[in-house]
Amino acid sequence: MTLTMDRPIADALVEVKGLRHVYGTGSGPGLVVLEDVNLTLRSNEIVGLLGRSGSGKSTLLRSIAGLIHPTAGSIGISDQADDDSASGVAMVFQTFALFPWLTVQKNVELGLEARGVPADERRKRTLAAIDLIGLDGFENAYPKELSGGMRQRVGLARALVVQPSILLMDEPFSALDVLTAETLRTDLLDLWSEGRMPIRSILLVTHNIEEAVLMCDRILVFSSNPGRVIAEIGVDLPRPRKRLDPAFRALVDDIYARMTAKPKDAPARDGLFPGTGLGMALPHISTNELAGMIEGLAAAPNNGSADLADLARELQFEADELLPIAETLQLMRLAELDGRRIRLTAAAKRYDAADVDERKQIFARQLLAYVPLAAHIRRVLDDRPSHQAPASRFRDELEDFMSEQRAEETLDAIVSWGRYAEVFAFHDDEDRFSLDDPA
Amino acid sequence: MVFLSPDRMNPGLLARFARRQFAPNRFDLVAFLLLGGLAVIVLHGARQMNLPISHLPNAGVTLDPARLPEYALRSTLRMFAAIIASLLFTFVVATLAAKSRKAELIIIPALDILQSIPVLGFMTFTLTFFMGLFPGHELGEELASIFLVFTAQAWNMAFSFYQSLRTLPEDLIDVSRQFGLTPWQRFLRLELPFATPALVWNTMMSMSGGWFFVVASEAMQVGANTVTIPGIGSWLALAIARQDIAAVGWAVLAMAVVIVLYDQLLFRPTVAWADKFRFEQTASEEEPKSWFFDLLRRTRILRRVGLPFRRLAGFAAIPRLPRLKAPRLGGGAGGVWFDRAWIGLVGLGVAWAAWSIVRYLSGAIGPADALKVFGLGFITLVRVLILIAIATVIWVPIGVWIGLRPAWSQRIQPLAQFLAAFPVNLLYPFAVMAIVAWRLNPNIWLSPLIILGTQWYIVFNVIAGASALPNDLKEVAGIFRLRSWQRWRDFILPGIFPYYVTGALTASGGSWNASIVVEVVNWGHTRLQADGLGAFIANATAGGDFPRVALGMTVMSVFVIILNRSLWRPLYRYAADNLRLT
Repeated sequence: MTLTMDRPIADALVEVKGLRHVYGTGSGPGLVVLEDVNLTLRSNEIVGLLGRSGSGKSTLLRSIAGLIHPTAGSIGISDQADDDSASGVAMVFQTFALFPWLTVQKNVELGLEARGVPADERRKRTLAAIDLIGLDGFENAYPKELSGGMRQRVGLARALVVQPSILLMDEPFSALDVLTAETLRTDLLDLWSEGRMPIRSILLVTHNIEEAVLMCDRILVFSSNPGRVIAEIGVDLPRPRKRLDPAFRALVDDIYARMTAKPKDAPARDGLFPGTGLGMALPHISTNELAGMIEGLAAAPNNGSADLADLARELQFEADELLPIAETLQLMRLAELDGRRIRLTAAAKRYDAADVDERKQIFARQLLAYVPLAAHIRRVLDDRPSHQAPASRFRDELEDFMSEQRAEETLDAIVSWGRYAEVFAFHDDEDRFSLDDPA
Repeated sequence: MVFLSPDRMNPGLLARFARRQFAPNRFDLVAFLLLGGLAVIVLHGARQMNLPISHLPNAGVTLDPARLPEYALRSTLRMFAAIIASLLFTFVVATLAAKSRKAELIIIPALDILQSIPVLGFMTFTLTFFMGLFPGHELGEELASIFLVFTAQAWNMAFSFYQSLRTLPEDLIDVSRQFGLTPWQRFLRLELPFATPALVWNTMMSMSGGWFFVVASEAMQVGANTVTIPGIGSWLALAIARQDIAAVGWAVLAMAVVIVLYDQLLFRPTVAWADKFRFEQTASEEEPKSWFFDLLRRTRILRRVGLPFRRLAGFAAIPRLPRLKAPRLGGGAGGVWFDRAWIGLVGLGVAWAAWSIVRYLSGAIGPADALKVFGLGFITLVRVLILIAIATVIWVPIGVWIGLRPAWSQRIQPLAQFLAAFPVNLLYPFAVMAIVAWRLNPNIWLSPLIILGTQWYIVFNVIAGASALPNDLKEVAGIFRLRSWQRWRDFILPGIFPYYVTGALTASGGSWNASIVVEVVNWGHTRLQADGLGAFIANATAGGDFPRVALGMTVMSVFVIILNRSLWRPLYRYAADNLRLT
């Protein structure tokens, strides 16, 4: 590890150079989560890290917060703070991460307490932060008594009260409903533009393109295999920004296209999921979603091909929720993705027209032909005289390539696809695969 | 075994609990031998002092009802001393196990075995040891009594705390690290509060089980010496010796009053208070209630009582000391070397412990004895299993019937919890009189006493399970008009099974202990005896025959451990994996 804490260049608050992080088990090659990431965070800007889940953006944020020690690279943080505070950063969590047994006030005080601030000053600063964030009256409430939006306000107050120069936000609005999230965003932007928060810069992780365009001065787009910055986009739309503004929409569409573009050096089709061959990490997409998307694409007015962003609006999906589904279709050669457009293949058109049993047959063919893990499991089951195999065997194989959690999700995905296609059966209570169909 | 609160059994927790392999099997043997060796040394050391067990007179216990409140108070104080010791033990040992992998390798299997050992058998050893420490002084007896109660209480509390420390929520750990909380702040703000609900429930369960041991430990007979310290237990022993049925009645009454007070003034308020620490972000629909807790909350008393604790918590704000960079163990070549040294050290300890045990036992006991004791263990095993089966057949339908009727279960549940806490040894004299009067076969009729006190764990867990059956499933069962057998097989039995296993496991553990007291009973000079390992241990204890006590204890522990591993734990895991209602 060559992690160093050098002083960054003037004006820069955070300077990340050549960051690389490998997530892995001892035996396997490991999964590269971040590869050669460079980032400079300057004073007075909001920077967004945009990418799909698994693109390593959270890992980057956590590295800056000091929660993760990256495998290689350097992170420089300018400690502007005059006092002896540990670092000039504070973090807001996606899950709020409040202590349920502490009142709002005690939760907010936590960071000050850790720094040994005297009780009187702690109280004064805490009440000021609570006031700033619009929580007055709730000082003595417990988190369980608050709505999600109010809880995240507590999380925000807790981060602000330690007067960090940099605020790190890890998908801070994604656990909230649409309306609440919008209110909270607006309030945060108001505080920011009026300069009422002690912070000098915000680093925001999100997978929501519109959120990034709405809030950020600069957006770094991450690819996901491995996590790499593929584009840096300055946003100079005037604030407050309007979602219906044509320039806003154009920018969203542009970023959308960049995120779905095929990486030039990656193999033609497998490139979008991390890992290759058996080691490919699969998203747990239900077969209902896959079928729904094929049907939506096949129906008029799309007739087999559509613009992804339009399709998302039509199917009432968040744009970024649609991507994993589209990519899974592409993986099985049921669709082809090209920039912003998605087009059904011949197999998918047959699928759309078929009845239930034929659909399963078509799906089974595509699954076995193009998803290496499915073919592998099927081959093992065919080879064994008992036609059975413990799931732990495949789990172990997967864990050579990826984290335990990813391996579990990949296995869940393959189980649900395999069950639908009837290419193998899975017995949850005994944790084993078999060929036999339930009688 | 950690007790999961049946009022709010958390399926996730249950699953985590069942999946975690607490004890890698080879470490069981290691821990077992080390503990055995330790017992031998303690015993040997105490014997070396070669002091006669005290000749204190009957410590002035008289059967005067006016003095009974004082005796009850002294019994209660012993209980509190033991629970405080258990809490201290829990904080130190469980924290050590959770923070150090090397300590964990020894501590966790050791705890697992210790909680399987029927602690009444400890009596001989602890008494000899503590009396040796304070020869001729009542303090030795007091400490021996308290220690016995402690050994009945501490293990599951430590387990529960350890388990909480190992399952701290990730995001809160991140917050603690990000804000740079000191270890002490982290303990007060994160670890202790998170562990509180489970720890409180286990502490309360331990106390409920503890009354039995308080009563048993106050009048101990080892060899020719009878030791008595003032309390309800010694009152009872005297009443039995004098065949004074009225005095037994007084003891039952006094104990009932103590337990009602304990239940209302401590158990329920504490559980209600601990509810605040439950790790849920949503308010629960049914919170544990306690009138006494509400009363305290309304007055200022609680705030005043709590003040010292808040002061203590205030120390959390003390500016931290500059942190020393701790050398990293467990990584690199040095770590490997350290690991090896550690394993070597443990190996040496085990070899030495095994040698001590063999040397100690070989002089007094031959293989034939050992074989005979195994046979007796088998008899007691059959007795325990048959009685659990009978209790199951009787109580599961009744418990389900009650649990499905909220009006009934609200009234009966506290009663079942009261009965589980009531030290059933107070009731034995009545049963003995009946057996003597009707000339019944002790081998059969002493047996039900084994389950008399512990069956209530099955009852209140089954009631809790039946009350927790979800309404929508009840409605489905109604809509499809499931016939009664199908309704039981597909709905009710799977639904209550996790709860039942918890209750049956607790009952089973308690029954082994009870067998030591039950298989030999006295009423005045009448002595009834059933065949079994419990009687063997009781007789060896009364005769002061240490090697035989050790042998009996060892065999009983082996039986309990095998029963837990081969029956209860697999059932538990099955329940957690397959029968979760979420």
